[in-house]
Amino acid sequence: MAQEKQRLLVAFSSGLVFAAGLVLGGMTDPKKVQGFLDVGGIASGRWDASLAFVMGGALLVSYFAFRSVAASGAPWLASRFELPTRRDIDTPLVVGAVMFGAGWGLAGYCPGPALASLAFGGVDVALFVAAMLAGMALAKGWQSRG
Amino acid sequence: MHPYLWSLLGGLLIGAATWILVAGLGRVAGISGIAANAMFSPRESGWRFAFLLGLIVGGALFAFAFNRISPSIAPKGLLIVAGLLVGFGTVIGSGCTSGHGVCGLARLSMRSLISVVSFMAVGAVTVAVLRWMQGA
Repeated sequence: MAQEKQRLLVAFSSGLVFAAGLVLGGMTDPKKVQGFLDVGGIASGRWDASLAFVMGGALLVSYFAFRSVAASGAPWLASRFELPTRRDIDTPLVVGAVMFGAGWGLAGYCPGPALASLAFGGVDVALFVAAMLAGMALAKGWQSRG
Repeated sequence: MHPYLWSLLGGLLIGAATWILVAGLGRVAGISGIAANAMFSPRESGWRFAFLLGLIVGGALFAFAFNRISPSIAPKGLLIVAGLLVGFGTVIGSGCTSGHGVCGLARLSMRSLISVVSFMAVGAVTVAVLRWMQGA
């Protein structure tokens, strides 16, 4: 099926470009990430604002990306857009973000940079990714509890 | 080139990757969701594995090409605890830095704004506690 191959190629390309952005932007360096979260260092000049530039650049482009696709009828290689629709503010949203923030601060890795570092990060990154996948499996199980 | 310019370039590339995925497949580039659903959801996941493969291959490619092989800085026990928190938290919280921080904020989602403010604040507190324990 020709279209399925194209879909896989587009997804692969997106992952590739995403990884380029993470690596060149410094997000795969846990020291830089912790340096950004170290807001106590703002006064002394120790703070590393890099991540704000990464987010700013990413938001600038993706804001126009979502605006432009909203005006188009359908994606190139799918029958329709499947974008998140929930608008409710519930407890799991906040508790999940709190847990994520704690893990992110402790290791300096969020999911994208951890996966982008997997092939060169040695045992350390492999351990983090394995634990992350275990945490995801636990959460999926907890969500589908009877 | 100044590190902040590299970071801006990286951000623009992340935005471009988001554009490719939503324009091509109509999906948001939320990496925790892509990973969790690729591994632990019965749904059709070919594109998710292709995206993750691109992410892993691209990470190695660009890290070697631009000499950006950064080491981990946490001890192994802490990495495991952190990984569990990140995995569990991003699934029940419906996203991470990419899904909420980039795609969600770009779509002006209030859920994402609350998530980003929460994980940034807790991340900052966590680093402050780490620094204090290390005596810095």
